[in-house]
Amino acid sequence: MNSLVPVIELKNVTKTFGEVRSLSGVNLQIYPGEIVGLLGDNGAGKSTLVKTIMGFHAPDAGGEIWFKGAQINGWSVAKARSLGIETIYQERALCEQQPIWRNMFMGREIKNKYGALDVKKMKEEASRLMSEHMGFTSNAVHPDNPVTTMSGGEKQGVAITRALHFEAELVILDEPTVGLSLSETKKTLDFVQNIKKSGRSAIFIDHNIFHIYPAVDRMIVLDRGKVAGMYNKSEISMDELIESMYRVARTGTLEEKK
Amino acid sequence: MSADLTPKGIKNNAVRPPSFWRRFGLQFGIWSVGIVMWLSFVALAPGAFTHKDIYLAFAASTPQFALMAIPLTLIVITGEIDLSFPSIMALSTCAFSECANNGISIWVSLIIGIAVGCVCGWFNGFLITKFAIPSLVITIGTQFLYAGIDLAWTNGSGVAFTDSKYNTINKLLVGNGFLNIPNQFWWTIIAAVVLWFVLNRTKFGAHIFLTGDNKTSAQLMGVNVKRVKIVTFVIMGGFSAIAGLVASFQVSYFWPTLGSGLLLNSIAAVFLGGTSVFGGTGSITGSFVGAFIIGAINAGIVASGVNAFYTQVFFGVVIVVSVLLQAIISRRIKN
Repeated sequence: MNSLVPVIELKNVTKTFGEVRSLSGVNLQIYPGEIVGLLGDNGAGKSTLVKTIMGFHAPDAGGEIWFKGAQINGWSVAKARSLGIETIYQERALCEQQPIWRNMFMGREIKNKYGALDVKKMKEEASRLMSEHMGFTSNAVHPDNPVTTMSGGEKQGVAITRALHFEAELVILDEPTVGLSLSETKKTLDFVQNIKKSGRSAIFIDHNIFHIYPAVDRMIVLDRGKVAGMYNKSEISMDELIESMYRVARTGTLEEKK
Repeated sequence: MSADLTPKGIKNNAVRPPSFWRRFGLQFGIWSVGIVMWLSFVALAPGAFTHKDIYLAFAASTPQFALMAIPLTLIVITGEIDLSFPSIMALSTCAFSECANNGISIWVSLIIGIAVGCVCGWFNGFLITKFAIPSLVITIGTQFLYAGIDLAWTNGSGVAFTDSKYNTINKLLVGNGFLNIPNQFWWTIIAAVVLWFVLNRTKFGAHIFLTGDNKTSAQLMGVNVKRVKIVTFVIMGGFSAIAGLVASFQVSYFWPTLGSGLLLNSIAAVFLGGTSVFGGTGSITGSFVGAFIIGAINAGIVASGVNAFYTQVFFGVVIVVSVLLQAIISRRIKN
């Protein structure tokens, strides 16, 4: 962890849906070049936190979102993406009847100098990214193919390639390995390491501590909408982490009662 | 090395584009229905169908609803529907005639008429997106509302567009144009080309597909789906106004009941054209061809000398067969 200005900082972010408080008073910072693991049981608020960082949910009044040291007002998905935050969602966020190229440039379509869509360029770019970065081997994959014809791993490949293309400053991966084969999982974990190598940041969410622990620099444990603890990897072994995760699930506190 | 199991001509790891059939299968369906129908008419009534008059008649009458089927395609692709456009036709033409007959310049009146159509469309879109009401439900309501305002405003009486001040606009909208083909046909072509471009070559058009395919995914990726829907309804309103003016100038008379009977024709044209009722897929050219198929049935039946009471049977058969054909084709394409 370094002392630079955080890429993104949440200050006192609370999110309430009707009677349900999904997040309460969350403070967190993500620094450049850092991979942060976000852990928590089902219903801990992980996905809500991701969608709030992405601008899909607006935080309740009083919560602040800071990007590179400046408070951002009117946070929205389009704004978050234009500032360089990309998310690989658990639900993949694909439009499956559409061809791959439309999915890859969804929401950030390439325009030519006349302001019209540059369809040719988007297809070429999609094709290049798929073969260079995802190593697609299936004969059936072409930028004009609808996503619905692809396998689960290939779909995830499209979602990952999409985040890759825009060279995001911060990539959020929300349970990216769910439903993937072993080799696809490895590819995804390699992708996380590449983010770090290129000096960018990531938030990595996964149920599987064995995926998270080796990949990250720091871990944040979320429980019932609150940040229950933060650890640098040097401070805690994997066994201790698993132990404290069980303790959180049982008692709601990370530390043993003294 | 084990035996090469990949199909001939394709290298390992090569990417292959979807086949022609996969990409254009649905379009193929609608064109073949159109061609088969046309050939059967030619066989039944060679006298009428080898002469240009009948085609000029199609070109004159079909635009009334083709001008609405084309923008309606955009709404259906977003996964919504509009049932109020015939009433928007009537109300905006009513606004035009009231303005023109009360001393307002004809061109200003024209703009007001189209603006009224856009506002009606915006109101539909606003209610649908703001209150999350299904468009099928709310546009039944606004359909009565707009038609009611029109009837109350005109007191149920029509207006003749015979005054000389209407001459220019009459010529422009429904006069004889290029190749002696009525202008409304050319306007329909222009509408189809413009909206094809909007749908396939603009960011807004891309967002129309994404909105109808998976609204949540689109929102997660930063597409403003509410704005997309509202804009499609505004476009629909504006085109309905133009269609209302075309239909009225064609008979030089504004009937306050304008638009009744055009609802199902327009919707049928959209679905004939292969646009999915579930949203996410659709085509402007399909709706354009679909509209002309619908338009040809009526005239074709009469010209073929078949008892006109069979028109509806024919309508039914063509629509059911084409929709069946599409279902079969799209299932084949998927597997």
